[in-house]
Amino acid sequence: MASHDANDQSSLAAWQDPTAKPYVRIAGVSRHFGEVHALNDVSLDIYQGEFFSLLGGSGCGKSTLLRLLAGLDTPTKGRIWIDGVDVTDIPAYRRPVNMMFQSYALFPHMSVEANVEFGLRQEKMPKAERGERVSEMLDLLHIGDLRKRRPDQLSGGQRQRVALARSLAKHPKLLLLDEPLGALDKKLRTHTQFELVKLQERIGITFVTVTHDQEEAMTMSSRIAVMDAGQIIQVDTPGAIYEYPNSRMVASFIGSVNLFEGKVFGREDNDILIAGDDYLVMRLRCLQPLSLGTPVTVAVRPEKMRLCPECQGPGDNRVTGRVEDIAYLGNVSIFHVRVSPSQVVTMTLANMQPRTEQMLTWDQEVTMTWSPVCGVVLTE
Amino acid sequence: MKRRRWPLYSLLAFGYAFLYVPVLLLVVYSFNASRLVTVWGGFSTHWYGELLNNTQILDAAWLSIRIATVNATLATVLGTLAAMALVRGGRFRGRGGFELLLTAPLVMPEVIVGLSLLLLFVAMQHGIGWPDGRGFTTITIAHITFSMAYATVVIRARLAQMDRSLEEAAMDLGARPLVVYLRITLPLIAPALLSAWLLAFTLSLDDLVIASFVAGPASTTLPMVVYSSVRLGVSPQINALASLILLFVSLAVIIAGLALARKRD
Amino acid sequence: MTQTAAGEGEVGFPAPIHGDRRLRRWLGSRWQPGRWVNIGLPYFWLLLFFFLPFVIVFQISLAEPQIAQPPYTALTEWVDEAVLQVRLNLGNYALVVEDELYRAAFLNSLWVGLVSTLGCLLIGYPMAYAIATAPERWRVPLLMMIILPFWTSFLIRVYAWIGILKGNGLLNNFLLALGLIDEPLTILHTQTAVYIGVVYSYLPFMVLPLYANLSRLDMTLLEAAADLGCRPWRAFLRVTLPLSLPGILAGSLLVFIPVVGEFVIPDLLGGPDSLMVGRMLWTEFFSNKDWPLASALALVLLALLVVPFVALQRWQSRLEEER
Repeated sequence: MASHDANDQSSLAAWQDPTAKPYVRIAGVSRHFGEVHALNDVSLDIYQGEFFSLLGGSGCGKSTLLRLLAGLDTPTKGRIWIDGVDVTDIPAYRRPVNMMFQSYALFPHMSVEANVEFGLRQEKMPKAERGERVSEMLDLLHIGDLRKRRPDQLSGGQRQRVALARSLAKHPKLLLLDEPLGALDKKLRTHTQFELVKLQERIGITFVTVTHDQEEAMTMSSRIAVMDAGQIIQVDTPGAIYEYPNSRMVASFIGSVNLFEGKVFGREDNDILIAGDDYLVMRLRCLQPLSLGTPVTVAVRPEKMRLCPECQGPGDNRVTGRVEDIAYLGNVSIFHVRVSPSQVVTMTLANMQPRTEQMLTWDQEVTMTWSPVCGVVLTE
Repeated sequence: MKRRRWPLYSLLAFGYAFLYVPVLLLVVYSFNASRLVTVWGGFSTHWYGELLNNTQILDAAWLSIRIATVNATLATVLGTLAAMALVRGGRFRGRGGFELLLTAPLVMPEVIVGLSLLLLFVAMQHGIGWPDGRGFTTITIAHITFSMAYATVVIRARLAQMDRSLEEAAMDLGARPLVVYLRITLPLIAPALLSAWLLAFTLSLDDLVIASFVAGPASTTLPMVVYSSVRLGVSPQINALASLILLFVSLAVIIAGLALARKRD
Repeated sequence: MTQTAAGEGEVGFPAPIHGDRRLRRWLGSRWQPGRWVNIGLPYFWLLLFFFLPFVIVFQISLAEPQIAQPPYTALTEWVDEAVLQVRLNLGNYALVVEDELYRAAFLNSLWVGLVSTLGCLLIGYPMAYAIATAPERWRVPLLMMIILPFWTSFLIRVYAWIGILKGNGLLNNFLLALGLIDEPLTILHTQTAVYIGVVYSYLPFMVLPLYANLSRLDMTLLEAAADLGCRPWRAFLRVTLPLSLPGILAGSLLVFIPVVGEFVIPDLLGGPDSLMVGRMLWTEFFSNKDWPLASALALVLLALLVVPFVALQRWQSRLEEER
């Protein structure tokens, strides 16, 4: 989120500025493998200096899109521009774009140094300059002491750094990262996330990463594109994606969420009134004009739920049920509350008191409440 | 990345043509009515009939098949043991020498193997009186010696792929080593045993040089007959014989291949 | 838990913590008698019928020929019933090394081995590469087609070329009919025919190890090279080729070593000028009945092949470790 905040300091982020020119423009791109439509009419603009993430489950088309950007594959339909140049028909070896492969794809028969130097040699860069650039890259990633080693003598984390150094050495206009942290263990991954963001801010190269890990995407990205079945479902900042998902798919893919079905039956100022099952009446902030009787889904995050007597403001929504399950996670506890025979609501409460002093137990009847601004109305 | 692959595929097609055209021509000309092998004189199965009346060739073929069968069976047994020793045996004294002795026959020029084995048999007969004369026994021993190395390669590859925990699970469930060997290991490597047997069989059927060294005056194998007749020039009967051998070998390989493929499904 | 565990009842179940190690040790100790037979039987066979013969060959190479049964002199002789006289004849080796004819045969054998290995490589590499990069479902049938000729008779495949290459053979008839040549080419009984026959017979030995190597090549390495600005041809030279060197080496050795000692192909296809050691050895043994000289030839040939053979052995054990 660091880069997100940085962008907020200027008056407008690039993607909010209608006059800004996109750095990467993907226009109506499709990629079909025989009968399989890996990508279907995808359009996307990415701006200079962004840390952009393509997020989705396996087979959603995110890796295909990345390979199209790298030039390792050509689209069936559509065009791709990078920095104003139509690169659609330019092969990978002539694109000003480099990629960090998921397997790192380090050349096993070359030393770390030779791997990093490889791309520079292809440019016919003079030897002295090459050496300088290699040292610069190795220093940037703190792997100067590994220069003479071979890839099979490195740890996973070291390999990742070498792969990163190699793909950055040519100073590409765009760096593509395919699951950059996928091969690292959990602890190293969290640490590396922050390092990657810092690195990107320092060198200012536009990053496009592919990931299936929503936490990773939230931590690192300036913006995220959520993909499913070869299409982009939503593109926005991590905060907006979390707080204002545009569909049930996005809402449930990022974090956990409670979904209530209902129909619109009235409007009061900026709020609409929704009738759910079991005489549940909900009031939610919604500026979008919706006609009476429209079926909608209300999405409420578990941590937005409160226990009843607590902070009950005017117009808060209430729902009553019986505690069915409690999961104690240390910092928070997760409660599963059955509110109807067909629905269980999840509520997350911070553990402000020691566990022994908690009042909620199994089978207890509870009333939960959430404010009209804490839920999202989804219309599809 | 799309690349034009037709240059590569045309090279591949050329390679296959190089491998198969000579053999196909051989088969085609076995049906040639003319005695001049290279001039087409109309279709005929005459040479096949003549071949079946050639007792010298038939006797030699029968001897070769008997040798090949005994050789294939024993070579597979020894090859299985050797492969087990290498894959499952861990470290043992003389392992390096063992591996060397198993690799050497694969590439050793046949003249060297043949000569050295003959000198051994002569020395043994001189020293301990066995083997008495040369023939079926000496040829079979010589064939086993080099074909067991091939059998080991085939079986070893399969054993190395096999999941060791299957054997350990059987042990864990109380099976004694011999039972594990017979009930778990052997059935799992059965396809490799079949390949090894077939390979050893054809290697033996095909060997000219080594058999020529270690054969006695009374024992003439099929390749030896073919060789002496070929030295005199091209003969349509040999074409017919070659076609029959090709037919049998191809059938055996295809049937074995299909059987294995079905088993895998 | 090691040797004392021989009795059936005493064999307890291994403690869970060291389960794996103890189980293995237990397996190891239980295997002993079977293990001895398992290793001992094939080892004994190879020592007796493969190693021992070389010792005898060495011994006989130091003897002199005589017209008797067996046709060579003994190395040791009792003189005056008390003195054991050892007669070592180094003349055979001297002859093999110094005589022009034998030296030419050795050089020519090595040369034929070298040329045919290169020929196999030139034809075999593109084939192996094409198979390794072909669509998945095509690979096994294509590979089977490489192996199939290997199952058919070697002698017959060499024989097939006689009919093709001879003066009034199929190739000449074909070229004459096309009008490409005016009179038949002399190919059979020349060194060229030997090259053709050797490349033809040994091609599968080159393709198989190359395929095994190339099919394991990580294709993302080529993508990475392209991504870093490498054109396909350069990517082949800088990534594929160096990574396939072990396969090239293995295939080359599998062709080179047996070809140097080849007998059948030079004998059937070669002419009087294609002197090769295998053929000389055969002649010395069968025609001249000079067993000691044949033995010396065999040992010198073996000595020449030791270096490539050790290289092959190294490659094999490295392959085994990678597994």
